[in-house]
Amino acid sequence: MQLHNRARRSIRMGSAVLAASLVAAATGVASTAAASTPTVSISVASLIPGSTKAAVAEFNAQVKEFEKSNPGIKVSSVQYQWTGPTFAAKLAAGTLPTVFTVPFTDGRSLGENGQLANLTTYAKALPYWNKFNPAVIAEGIDAKHQVIAIPTAAYAQALSYNRQLFQQAGLNPNDPPKTWAQLESDAKQISQKTGMAGYAEMGASDNTAGWILTTLDYALGGRMEQGIGTKARATLANPQAVQALNMLHNMRWNDNSMGSDFNYGWSTINQAFAAGQVGMFISGSDVYTNMVQSYNINPKIYGLAPIPLANNKNAGVLGGGTLAAVSPRASAAQIAAAMKWINFYYMEPLINKTQAIRNARTLVASKQPVGVPALPIFNEAQYKLANSWIKKYINVPLKQMQPFLNGVFKQRLIPEPEASTQYVYGTLDPVVQSVFTDQAANPASLLRAANPTAQSGIQAGK
Amino acid sequence: MAPELEQTDSTFTAATISATRPARARRTPLTWLRAGGISRLLFLAPLILVFGAFSWYPIVRLVLMSFQQTNLVQPATWVGLQNFSEVIHDPLFPIAVRNTLEFAGLALVFGYPIPLIAAVLISEVRRRRGLYSALVYLPVVIPPVVAVLLWKFFYDAAPTGVFNTILGWVGIAPQQWIQSQGQAMPSLVLESTWANAGGTVIIYLAALTGVNPELYEAASVDGAGLWKKLWHVTLPQMRTVMLVTMILQIIGTAQVFLEPYLFTQGGPANSTLTVMLLIYNYAFGNSLGASYGEAAALSLMLVAFLAAFSLIYLRATRAWSSE
Repeated sequence: MQLHNRARRSIRMGSAVLAASLVAAATGVASTAAASTPTVSISVASLIPGSTKAAVAEFNAQVKEFEKSNPGIKVSSVQYQWTGPTFAAKLAAGTLPTVFTVPFTDGRSLGENGQLANLTTYAKALPYWNKFNPAVIAEGIDAKHQVIAIPTAAYAQALSYNRQLFQQAGLNPNDPPKTWAQLESDAKQISQKTGMAGYAEMGASDNTAGWILTTLDYALGGRMEQGIGTKARATLANPQAVQALNMLHNMRWNDNSMGSDFNYGWSTINQAFAAGQVGMFISGSDVYTNMVQSYNINPKIYGLAPIPLANNKNAGVLGGGTLAAVSPRASAAQIAAAMKWINFYYMEPLINKTQAIRNARTLVASKQPVGVPALPIFNEAQYKLANSWIKKYINVPLKQMQPFLNGVFKQRLIPEPEASTQYVYGTLDPVVQSVFTDQAANPASLLRAANPTAQSGIQAGK
Repeated sequence: MAPELEQTDSTFTAATISATRPARARRTPLTWLRAGGISRLLFLAPLILVFGAFSWYPIVRLVLMSFQQTNLVQPATWVGLQNFSEVIHDPLFPIAVRNTLEFAGLALVFGYPIPLIAAVLISEVRRRRGLYSALVYLPVVIPPVVAVLLWKFFYDAAPTGVFNTILGWVGIAPQQWIQSQGQAMPSLVLESTWANAGGTVIIYLAALTGVNPELYEAASVDGAGLWKKLWHVTLPQMRTVMLVTMILQIIGTAQVFLEPYLFTQGGPANSTLTVMLLIYNYAFGNSLGASYGEAAALSLMLVAFLAAFSLIYLRATRAWSSE
């Protein structure tokens, strides 16, 4: 027993010495590592070109904070806005920043083509890895089960409307349209009473026209594709797409309620709306951020409502989102640093109360929007919890967005067409443009003519 | 008999020259060095480097890429003539060719004579000729992107748009301009003519100064008026310059990109999609960057067409220009 106690004591002492040595060694290693860790430089996508000085200052402050807590990482920021053509050119030329964002539509295809860095090891080490909404995280995992991107934001398509124009037209700004027939008649009334476009729509040849037509198609219960991958079948000429185009044709040529510009892109329609020239338009539920950051919108005019859904069991709202990805040219050290940035800049404000509050406080101090409606990338409870942390900092006109917040969680969310999404949207662009620019356009025959092109693009994996 | 004699003569002459030519000294690296080879190489080096890096290497890469499938990130794979086949079978290809021909045709009909007429008129002006030349040249000085943005503003399809307001003064209804499938291409040609005519006017003005004044005096003595002088003196004297400007214009319009890209991105409904814009769309229109090979193939096809066209044009007009 005595021997046993002595032995135990010896073991204890030995353990203490070993532990002390390990701590000392570890400390020594750590301090040596801190002293000699080479600096890793990464570039990160910052704000879109044209952002206000306050927004830029807010972003730079976050970079400084990150560098302070990660002394071995040097971050340079690069203005960035995802558009199909500029993204493809920068990707090919190797001039994308180390960390950049892509839409849900492109993540998996880019990963499968080897155009994004493999983040699997780092992503699966994230403490919240298992908490992602499975449908959302699936957007960042390619066919080889590699994690090639991290979802950072999700949105549902929504109807932005100008409350001031509603009022001027004699409409109730608290009662946005709930049906497509009501939307048509409201648009007509706004146009007749105010002289502005009652309802405007993106029609540029940059895939946005096809994106919005697909949104309308979903809302009426149609689908542009059936199946997945290169074996998917293009179904552009579905009855709901024809119905959507006929509705647009009627508003354009009979009601004359769509104004005079049919070449809007994502940014320019935001600009026109912020300038008070558009009564209603469809885009993501988060466009208010861009309208504040780039166009100084008057918050009083802004209203957000869910997209009207047809009485059809397949009707739903198109949802999308943004993925943070890393350049395929990044080194292992850069990928590790990039993942730290993704965690800090995109994820922490969603899952960490302290970081969420700090982030919100900085945004408010820089007069940036806080609390813009989005969809949860983890789950609805986490989304509501994160919003409750920053409740007192929310500075967007939430009351005016209440119609959307009340309605969106009751709507069926449908992801964008999976196969060759941007190619299919691009094929639909001229169809929408024909309806806007040719009074004699026949939607059904236009869609039928476009279908083989979409099908060949899907088969070729474009 | 005569051809036979000539043949014999020429054979004899060549043989004689060959026999009487002194034996060429053998060239060695040493003789090359002594003859100043290094300094020649040094003088040529910047030119070779610049052309090599920015012209020859991209051309070689383009030719190679037209036979490859690549996204420029992963290694390329050889696909033979598949890219050319895909371009030819693309339904947008004939549309782009037709639109490019339409642009070139409209630019030739309207854009070609206007600088000539402007140059002749300016040359006839006795006072402030420099001022008029500067005014005509002014649009060339404006950066093209700025000019297009300015004209986009002019082409506003609203009744309050600049051009529509002007049309309203004379009782013409507002037009859709670049938002109409029928009017978009002529609208682009109009802006392009405005933007580019100045340069051609200056070339014509320079050519006009080279016309011998005695020819005009002789024509006046013969009772020729302004139009007869123009037809019988000016145009024949300027035909070489006119032939060159015409082929430059045709080559330029076949490569039109800036106007359709900035004004309409090829819309509405592909009505302004040109060959160059289609090349751009192949390369960058899809965010996945999946069609660089097709872009390279169509670029090569355009080069081959323009080279063949230029040769035929120069041969066909050789007699006329050397008369």
